[in-house]
Amino acid sequence: MENFTPLTATIGGVLIGISAVLLMSLTGRIAGISGIFAGAAFANRGDRGWRWAFLVGLVAAPLIYALASGESPPFELNAGAPTIIAAGLLVGFGTRLGSGCTSGHGVCGLARLSPRSLVSVIVFMFAGMATVAVTNAAFGG
Amino acid sequence: MGKTISAGITGLIFGLGLTIAEMTNPAKVLAFLDLFGNWDPSLALVMGAAFLVTLAGYRLSWLRKQPVFAEQFQIPGNRQIDSRLAIGALLFGIGWGLAGLCPGPAIAALGFGGTKALMFIAAVVAGVLAYDLTALKPKTAG
Repeated sequence: MENFTPLTATIGGVLIGISAVLLMSLTGRIAGISGIFAGAAFANRGDRGWRWAFLVGLVAAPLIYALASGESPPFELNAGAPTIIAAGLLVGFGTRLGSGCTSGHGVCGLARLSPRSLVSVIVFMFAGMATVAVTNAAFGG
Repeated sequence: MGKTISAGITGLIFGLGLTIAEMTNPAKVLAFLDLFGNWDPSLALVMGAAFLVTLAGYRLSWLRKQPVFAEQFQIPGNRQIDSRLAIGALLFGIGWGLAGLCPGPAIAALGFGGTKALMFIAAVVAGVLAYDLTALKPKTAG
């Protein structure tokens, strides 16, 4: 567990929580990224502006962080193109079918004490861990 | 206007949280999902801290009759635990485990993750389109 980073994990988590709370108290919306993202294209016309603003902020944050700290955040992804594309298709389709992802169900839904979100989190955690275990067993990890 | 600015600022804070916690790095997320390898519990702590802040903060928010810049709180009303929920979470979890990317970190990484981040998001868009443009789509976009 030498790669465990408890301090930055806690600070980051608190910031994500503050963001979710602010979005609720200011705009009344759940900070579910997959829903915000899909709705940027598919929601009613008057319901799109805030979504785009949120997404712009989300993309800008690491760039501002990079400017301030002088180094780009790490992005290490060894998977090849076919795996990345399959992963993206599954994430896009699955989060729509299941109404949410790590943020909407995992943070906001659990904080609402939603039984649906609890089921979702258990299933996607198990599926993610099983996928990594199988991938490592098949290709070496 | 207030609503749009609020959303922009909250998106910024969200992205900053992901970046500081290094959740925008797929290798870090895969290290959490790799229970049987060199396990990195960081992601659980990120979610746990975010959960506790949101648990308390939502209840404070709901003491007001309505949000500051909107007419009402929009809370998902669906209570049904059905196969859509379970299969959706299953497919999402498999995709998450394949690349170590979920929607928030993947979007946040668009500016610095290079071709692979772009490729992933393009595929996410295709997956969303496959859902939203077919008969599978229910009534609202959450």
